[in-house]
Amino acid sequence: MRDQPAIEGLFSSPVALKALIDEIPMGILILGPYRRIITMNRALEALTGFYREEAAGIGCHHILRSRICFKECPLLKLDKHSEPLSYESDIINKDRQRIPIRVTMAPVIDTSGEITGYIETVEDIRAINTHDAEMHQAFSYSHIIGKSPKMERIFQMLPLIAQNDSSVLITGETGTGKDMLAEAIHESSSRAKGPFIKVNCGALPETLLESELFGHKKGAFTGAVENKPGRFRLAQNGSLYLTEIGDLPLALQVKLLTFLDDKIVYPLGSSKGVHVDVRVIAATHRHLEQMVKAGEFREDLLFRLNVVRLHLPPLREREEDLRLLIDHFFNQFTTHFGKSVKGFTKRALDILKTYSYPGNVRELRNIIEYSVNVCQDEHIDSRHLPAYLTETPHEPKPRNEAMEAPQPMQTPPPRAAESVQGKNWAEIEKQMILDALYQAGGRRSKAAEILGWGRSTLWRKMKHYKIS
Amino acid sequence: MKKILIPIFGNDISPRFDLTAEVYILNVDKSGHYQDERIVVLPQISAEHLCHLILTENVHVVICGGIEDEYYQYLAWKRITVYDSVIGPWQAAVSRYLDNSLHSGDILDKLKEDSIHE
Repeated sequence: MRDQPAIEGLFSSPVALKALIDEIPMGILILGPYRRIITMNRALEALTGFYREEAAGIGCHHILRSRICFKECPLLKLDKHSEPLSYESDIINKDRQRIPIRVTMAPVIDTSGEITGYIETVEDIRAINTHDAEMHQAFSYSHIIGKSPKMERIFQMLPLIAQNDSSVLITGETGTGKDMLAEAIHESSSRAKGPFIKVNCGALPETLLESELFGHKKGAFTGAVENKPGRFRLAQNGSLYLTEIGDLPLALQVKLLTFLDDKIVYPLGSSKGVHVDVRVIAATHRHLEQMVKAGEFREDLLFRLNVVRLHLPPLREREEDLRLLIDHFFNQFTTHFGKSVKGFTKRALDILKTYSYPGNVRELRNIIEYSVNVCQDEHIDSRHLPAYLTETPHEPKPRNEAMEAPQPMQTPPPRAAESVQGKNWAEIEKQMILDALYQAGGRRSKAAEILGWGRSTLWRKMKHYKIS
Repeated sequence: MKKILIPIFGNDISPRFDLTAEVYILNVDKSGHYQDERIVVLPQISAEHLCHLILTENVHVVICGGIEDEYYQYLAWKRITVYDSVIGPWQAAVSRYLDNSLHSGDILDKLKEDSIHE
């Protein structure tokens, strides 16, 4: 009988490889240079139904029986410089069960620097997939909540966007949930088990940002005492979220564009590129088209990032969501702080419903958090709300910070769109109806379609606002 | 006369029934002699279509690799004998079947070279 493989030089005495890998609760497969199985651990025996003794010496596709084996064996793409590759797939085990898995594969390099085999980890992701289904409850997607037509449209698109691997550009005013949307896309994608790395392009000066993103070689500049991999390489097999992409300096925009084209990063001080498998998700509250016109943002980068674009509407355009969000945050904070507050008084609710929320959902969340904290009574009243809501008239935010949805309409923005901020809900809604009617050339059914309402809702609201 | 169908992948039995693109179909008479044999390239990769082909071809025996329980039970219900999780060259599988020594889960050829480390 052949000796069991052992690891020498790691501990004071040789240790059986079996003893070491059997303790790991994830499937491990060790292959020779011709992709035949050398051994596997107990977790993989349980997953596949094959014992390591019978599997030894057999091509891994016969034992793992993964869907990706039928396309093109990913191991063939690996060379000695390759980073580990990760895929979601499925297997059919000996018990005739089809099991979704995530497999990560890497070459094993010997001391002379040559590939001597491969190692694969195989993870059963049935539990994660079930969790995904639970996450996407009614009126929400991941942690994003909404039932307004604009949000529903986003929820409908999200699973499709998450599953393809294109770059995504998220736009929206501050506080609308761009970060949450980026995370939701990552979590719903096949890269969910990979890293989600966030970089704020506006937070660092240009030179530091370049090194942070692309990494550097030792000695590339004064102070570069060690090699640094950079965020792109850290995000290998995952997603890189570039927030405030509008603040990315022009020189780095070129570098980012190069990466998006050939998926290779060039660390500072190195002429040799490294291939990385990363999905880029970018976000900004700035109007990139205007920045392109002003020469502050590269048009070609905008086109490249604009493959999939999601625009998060400001809260003032999500009337249907306001009460849903108020209740959600109220429940969240009363539970979190262990408060016995039962709800809101009508007066407090009226104030909350008529405020224009220039800080969007984030501001609403902060208002509810403050109110729940401050309230000692059974119901939150107007006096428990932040003083600026009730005492001083609200100063609307300058319009240049705000964003319009990317070409949401065929016609130029309606005449009154520039004065939407700072108005209360009733005024905004009335204006929205007038704008839709203007766009629809007076046809109510078309206007209702633009607003995402039923015809009877539009008719009722027109009657309410006395629009004839 | 018995009709045998084997989903194939190169020279081997296909590891997955549902991802098979080619099948080998063989007729053998009572004394185990080959009557006719052919390889069929499937127009579509699908477990449902393969089951349909098995039924329309009046196949008696299927020798395959991994198959989902749903399809296994369906074929069994249609009185088709299924030997699943069989690993190795499909020609070796036919020989084993004709020798009456084939079982589900058989690894027909260890496919090993002299040393496990190659």
